[in-house]
Amino acid sequence: MSDAPFLSVHDLACARGERILFTDMAFGLRPGQLLLVQGGNGRGKTSLLRLLCGLAHPLHGEVRWRGVGIADAREQYHREMAYIGHVNGLKDELTPLENLRLAASLADRDLEATEATDSLTRLGLARCLDLPARVLSFGQRRRVTLAGLITAGALLWILDEPLTGLDIHGVALVEDILRAHVTAGGMVVMTTHQPLSLVGVETLPLQVGDPLLPLEP
Amino acid sequence: MLRFLLAVIRRDLLLAARRKGDWLTSQFFFVMVVSMFPLGIGPEPNVLRMVAPGVVWVAALLASLLSLARLFAEDYRDGSLEQMLLSPNPPVLLALGKALAHWLIYGVPLLLIAPVLGIQFALPADAIGILMLSLLVGTPILSLLGSVGAALTLGLRGGGVLLTLLILPLYVPALIFGAGAVDSALSGLGWQAHLSLLAAFLMLTLLVAPWVASAALRVSIE
Repeated sequence: MSDAPFLSVHDLACARGERILFTDMAFGLRPGQLLLVQGGNGRGKTSLLRLLCGLAHPLHGEVRWRGVGIADAREQYHREMAYIGHVNGLKDELTPLENLRLAASLADRDLEATEATDSLTRLGLARCLDLPARVLSFGQRRRVTLAGLITAGALLWILDEPLTGLDIHGVALVEDILRAHVTAGGMVVMTTHQPLSLVGVETLPLQVGDPLLPLEP
Repeated sequence: MLRFLLAVIRRDLLLAARRKGDWLTSQFFFVMVVSMFPLGIGPEPNVLRMVAPGVVWVAALLASLLSLARLFAEDYRDGSLEQMLLSPNPPVLLALGKALAHWLIYGVPLLLIAPVLGIQFALPADAIGILMLSLLVGTPILSLLGSVGAALTLGLRGGGVLLTLLILPLYVPALIFGAGAVDSALSGLGWQAHLSLLAAFLMLTLLVAPWVASAALRVSIE
C-alpha cells in the first residue's frame, strides 16, 4: 500500500468541443516526484491539469487521489491540493498580504500575518506588502500567487505555467521552492515551456497529445 | 462550513468597501429611476400613491439586475472563482454566501432609501412601513434568483442582456406579492396574505437557488 501512487490517472480521455485532445492516458505520482507535462500549444496540457484538479470532467476515465475518485474524495483532495492556473486569482483591490490571508480563510486555514509576510518576503515582495495588487507588475502578481502556494501547505501542487512573467531570479527561486517541496515528500504536476534545472528531483516527463501528428483545425 | 460561509460574505463586503463606485452606481440608479416617475406623471397625489408600489418594486428589480451581472464575472476573470471552487467546502455554500453578500451590499441599502422615496409619492406612514417590510422579505429573493442567472450566463458574450431576459420572468412572483402587499395596505385591505406568500417564495428560493447556482457555476467554469 505504501508504494501505491497518491495521484493516479486511469484511461483518461479529454475532448475540447468536438476535438479529442488525448485518450488512454495513465500515470501514477508518488511523494517525492515531479510530473513535467510537455506538449506544444493546444495539445491539452491545461485541459489535463484542469481535469486533475477537478475543475473539468473527463470524457472517459478517472482521476484518483489515494485510490479514491476525486469526486468522492473531494473534500480531502481539495485540502491536500493546490492549483495555480493561468490567472492568478488575486483581487486587485487588496494588498498581497490581504490576498494571502483571504485565500487562507476561504480554504479553512488560519494564516498569521507574520507567516504570510515571511512568505512574501521570500518571494522578494518585501516592498510591496502595503500596495494594492492592482499596481503590481505581472511578474510581481505571479510571485504573490506563488507565495500563497507556499503558505497553503498542500501536498500536491498543480501548476500551469508557473514561470510565466518571472525574471531569471524568479525562475531560480521557483526551482528552489519546487526542489524543497519535492524533497520534503511533496508532489508537483506542472507545465512549462522554459528550461528548468531540477537537479536531484525525480522528474517524470509526460507527453500530451501525439507530437508527430499535426494539429487538426 | 459556517466559517466558510462567513468568510465568503466577509470577503465580498470587504471588496465592496474598497470599490465604492460600483456600489453607489446601483443605489443611485434606483433613486433616479424612482424619482423620474413623479416628474413624468405629474404631481397628482392620488395617482402617485396608486403607482408607487409598482414603481418602487420595478426599480428595485432593475437595480438588482444592474449589479448581478458582476456577481461572479470579476471573480471568474481574475481566477479567484476557480480557487474558491477548489476550497474543501461545498460549492453550494459559496453560491449561498455570494447571494447573501449581494443582498447585504445591494439589497439592504434599497430598503433603507425606500422610505424617502415613499414620501416623494405621498405614501402614508403605514404604507411606507409595509413597503419596507415587503422589500425586506423580497430583496433576498432577487439576490438568490439573480445568483442563478449570473452563474448561468457566466463567461457568455452579451451575458448581461441574457441575464435580464432569463431572470426578470422569475422575479414576477416577488413583484406581484411585494407590490400587492403595499397596494392592499393603501386600500385598507389586509396585507398579511401577500407578505406570507412572499415569505413562502423566499423560503423556496433559499432552499433551491444555491443548489442550482452552484451546479451552474461548475458547468460555466468548465
